[in-house]
Amino acid sequence: MAIMVNQDTRLIVQGITGREGSFHTKQMIEYGTNLVGGVTPGKGGEWVHGKPVFDTVKKAVDATGANASIIYVAAPYAPDAIYEAVDAGIQLIVCITEGIPIIEMMKVYQYLSYHNSRLVGPNCPGLLAPGIAKIGIMPGYIGTPGNVGVVSKSGTLTYEVVYALTQAGMGQTTCVGIGGDPIIGTNFVEALQMFEEDPETEKVVLIGEIGGRAEVDAAEFIKANMTKPVAAFIAGKSAPPGTRMGHAGAIIEGGEGTATEKIEALLEAGVRVADNPEQIPALLK
Amino acid sequence: MNLHEYQSKFRFAEFGIPILKGKTASTPQEAYEAARELGCPVVVKAQVLVGGRGKAGGVKVARTPEQAEDHANAILGMKIKGLTVRKVLIDPAANIAQEIYLGITNDRAAGRPVIMASSEGGIEIEQVARENPDAIAREHIDPFLGLLDYQARNLASGINLPHEHWRVFSRIAANLYRCYLASDAVLAEINPLVITGENQLIALDGKMIIDDNALFRQPQLAEMRDTDAEPKEETLARAAGISYVKLNGQIGCMVNGAGLAMTTMDMTKLYGGDEIGPANFLDIGGGAQASKVAAALRIILDDANVKSVLFNIFGGITRCDEVARGILEALNEVPSSLPMVIRLVGTNSEEGRAIIDNANIPNLSSAATLTEAAKKAVEAARKALAADKGAQ
Repeated sequence: MAIMVNQDTRLIVQGITGREGSFHTKQMIEYGTNLVGGVTPGKGGEWVHGKPVFDTVKKAVDATGANASIIYVAAPYAPDAIYEAVDAGIQLIVCITEGIPIIEMMKVYQYLSYHNSRLVGPNCPGLLAPGIAKIGIMPGYIGTPGNVGVVSKSGTLTYEVVYALTQAGMGQTTCVGIGGDPIIGTNFVEALQMFEEDPETEKVVLIGEIGGRAEVDAAEFIKANMTKPVAAFIAGKSAPPGTRMGHAGAIIEGGEGTATEKIEALLEAGVRVADNPEQIPALLK
Repeated sequence: MNLHEYQSKFRFAEFGIPILKGKTASTPQEAYEAARELGCPVVVKAQVLVGGRGKAGGVKVARTPEQAEDHANAILGMKIKGLTVRKVLIDPAANIAQEIYLGITNDRAAGRPVIMASSEGGIEIEQVARENPDAIAREHIDPFLGLLDYQARNLASGINLPHEHWRVFSRIAANLYRCYLASDAVLAEINPLVITGENQLIALDGKMIIDDNALFRQPQLAEMRDTDAEPKEETLARAAGISYVKLNGQIGCMVNGAGLAMTTMDMTKLYGGDEIGPANFLDIGGGAQASKVAAALRIILDDANVKSVLFNIFGGITRCDEVARGILEALNEVPSSLPMVIRLVGTNSEEGRAIIDNANIPNLSSAATLTEAAKKAVEAARKALAADKGAQ
């Protein structure tokens, strides 16, 4: 079993006719994801890789019974796409889009608190549940089924770690990229809670970075609630304060959000913290 | 993107926040003229994008226009925390009875804007938060409702503001929130907001940071970017669509993905110790077309401190053989004899490595793991540094 996705997941792609949307639709179908259609306003009636395109999310849900959506819509229009998915009753919404203004994400965050939908992202690589589904842009071949749960703020760094786990013979239940923005739909604590409750997940890997206090909150949660072993890596130890390191969320502000304080909190919670991401598989043994 | 004090305050004024209407000057002569027009005494304030200007001698009171000219002469060109002062703000001097703090920022954990006030103005809010957290009053703002009147009153009450100022204070708070929203700010801060001897509230100093993600819809603010205040490589990188931050080490890093780019920096520091470290953060983004790799390589090599270059590319959707060809093409366009370590991992990594190895370029070497790549790049930089020392 995986977290957030299962055999009943029926996925639609918002922005399916775009360059990114169409490319990744093909990849997700080839992986075996149960992808049932897509949405592009004004292109209803077309087909992409053998899947029907609808004008609205509501129509897509009515016709296909979709319960999950992946969003590849450009930043200025992505919040609208999220609201449309929420209002159509989609349970799991994954938003890949990078560069959404923070104030727009704060409105989305507030709106989600009035509804039951779960958002993953934005600015994230999505989910990979090896052998079950791939919802997002993670390359499918990096993962293999197993009992490790991976949760991360990063993209390619996650691929590194997952690939290293796979090569070390340690498969994964689910790999979740929660995104590198300051305001995100699903945080570390929520993902950790799901891994703790998932009977198949036996060990967990957390990959964080500088900025904010999500890793410190995660450490407090692990200390108080987790029975499964956790290994972690925090990127950005060598980053200077006050400078944004690529991700909108990766900035040390007012002396807070440093790698050191996060590592200390995690160690304090009994987490095995790697200096080098290549050590992670060994730390889980 | 950070705005200067004068940019922030002039923006505040557009939203009805009272400021002392000063003038900027780029030469001592302009400072003299400004002081004469405004009427002395005036305050000559360095406009640089760092805190601690006062302590560094970048803020001075002038009693006459001549004195303003002298102060401007001393302050312009001065370096404060590594940044050169190119502009001063000449503000009328204020008669300060009390200093308070008022600022709005994003609370990541709450997912909402938070407005904060403190009776201890003129000090960095982070310091107040550490030393005297009870002095800070906070209200979270529902982005759909905006700042409510009662919340502004809660702040006024929370910092024991005399009742006579509540009405004006609430209006300033409401206007600051309007300004924050309309500017797509991630920080809008008045510090200090002063009560003058004449019992007026005035925003004496201001700071705004604009959300980089929102600049596409803030063309007026985007134009205010002070490219003088950043290394020229960063300006070039932005134009090329590359995320780059200049650092002080010797190893130029070229990586795809922000998290992996930070990790690569960390590895060079881990194995480089105190002497050797990363020269930059560089995220080349998705794909690795030759043109983009070449642009990034030019930027990296522009930094004279760079002694070796480390490529760390995870081929996810992009194939490593394509990336390898891109790197070779880029090296044709931007020739360099610096030692370069290339690590390609993921899709078609073996083919990619073979392409690099078969090119037989003496200063290129490939590495299989991140650890090996970082150690090799550190070793090459260490040798180059030792050779430099030997040559001296």
